[in-house]
Amino acid sequence: MKVISLKDVKENVKNVVQKANFELNEDVINVIKESMEKEESPEGKAVFDQLLENAEIARKEKLGLCQDTGLAVFFVELGEEIQFKKEDGLESLSQAINEGVREGYKEGYLRKSVVEDPLRRKNTGDNTPAFIHWELVPGDKFKVTFMAKGGGAENMSAIRMLAPAAGQKGIEDFVVETVDSAGPNPCPPIIVGVGIGGNFETSALLAKKALLRRPLGSHHSDPFYADMEKRLLERINKLGIGPQGIGGRITALAVHIEVFPCHIASLPVAVNIQCHSHRLLTFEL
Amino acid sequence: MAVWKLTTPLTDEDIEKLRIGDQVYITGTIYTGRDAAHKKLVELIEANKPLPFDVKGQIIYYVGPTPARPGKPVGSAGPTTSYRMDSYAPYLYALGIKATIGKGARSEEVKEALKKYKAVYLGAVGGAGALISKRIIKSEIVAYPELGPEAIRKMEVKDFPVIVINDMYGGDLFLEGKKKYHVE
Ligand code: SF4
Repeated sequence: MKVISLKDVKENVKNVVQKANFELNEDVINVIKESMEKEESPEGKAVFDQLLENAEIARKEKLGLCQDTGLAVFFVELGEEIQFKKEDGLESLSQAINEGVREGYKEGYLRKSVVEDPLRRKNTGDNTPAFIHWELVPGDKFKVTFMAKGGGAENMSAIRMLAPAAGQKGIEDFVVETVDSAGPNPCPPIIVGVGIGGNFETSALLAKKALLRRPLGSHHSDPFYADMEKRLLERINKLGIGPQGIGGRITALAVHIEVFPCHIASLPVAVNIQCHSHRLLTFEL
Repeated sequence: MAVWKLTTPLTDEDIEKLRIGDQVYITGTIYTGRDAAHKKLVELIEANKPLPFDVKGQIIYYVGPTPARPGKPVGSAGPTTSYRMDSYAPYLYALGIKATIGKGARSEEVKEALKKYKAVYLGAVGGAGALISKRIIKSEIVAYPELGPEAIRKMEVKDFPVIVINDMYGGDLFLEGKKKYHVE
């Protein structure tokens, strides 16, 4: 049986929350560069230039790519055969992850963006709690993906329970509408995660999971959904919103779709908007 | 589209020459504030109490920076989404704030306030907080330190780059820009 030390988990979390916030992944930089080539607006191109320069500075100076260093969101693939060793006062896996967030956000001079109550709104002061999604998998795999999810893009996300008769067109119209009404608010160029199917809560989770796909801009393995992704990206980029919303060809860098079985009476769809500051990092133990 | 260099505090004449799409470089003092600070400021205004800083001719930058590393004036410091301050902004424009800096679109009420009080809304590049921080020379908390990242800061900036999104003539760069590149 595989044994993983909770201290190792904490240390790895502490590292990824910092690295992800300082260093934009190569696949994201590549898509930004490719999209910049396609941008027709000179002002839009200038925005792309600044994003690339920003990424350089952040990496060199270990400075947040964005001041909103996000909620700390985790997707954990947890092998059923793993045992965790308590160490350093760490009693549970979720405690180890939260402790890693607490220490990483402090050490990296990252912003603490969590309030402890949605209405009374006092800052927790250490960016905890972490938002952890667990998935039990067979075997002894332990894979943790961290996403720093900013508020600006998250706030423009939407969910709708469509009637099955709305079909493909209903889905696509809803996605485009959501992006259109978000306009300049989520810091375009954006990345669009779409979850289709499941039920109310799983569709939202699918939309967020869609954002995890790497490399950015790669397509769904099912050609039917790969086509839908391409069609949606084209429609979105005809809107004209452009980089930062000041007008241009590139409103979105990529559209990723994830699907799941659903009820005979339902067609849920969720759209999770992500900004160009797509901070994502994975570790495995 | 013109390029301007402006020094704070701003005057009516400064605002009158600005049109949507103009590039502006700001030098001087600006103040920061987000949701929580705005709520407190408007509570003071409604209670007829003095504000923690003189707002006449000033600029408010919607930002909550990351903590500064030792020896640095500020951390990453890009704009936050402005619509969350829409319900508060007209109060501050009425008292003499000449410009706000943020990202994203403003409400009709804010655009009306810009016309009425001769003011502008300026856009900084969202998600370029590391780059923008290079134009901030000094930063100190002047009110509500208990709000952490949301405290009001006084910043010294040099050639801080912004674009005019909404001018005092009712212009809106987001609407105009989108029209230009929209394809049916
Ligand atoms: S939407 Fe993204 S890039 Fe824009 S401020 Fe929020 S985290 Fe930063």
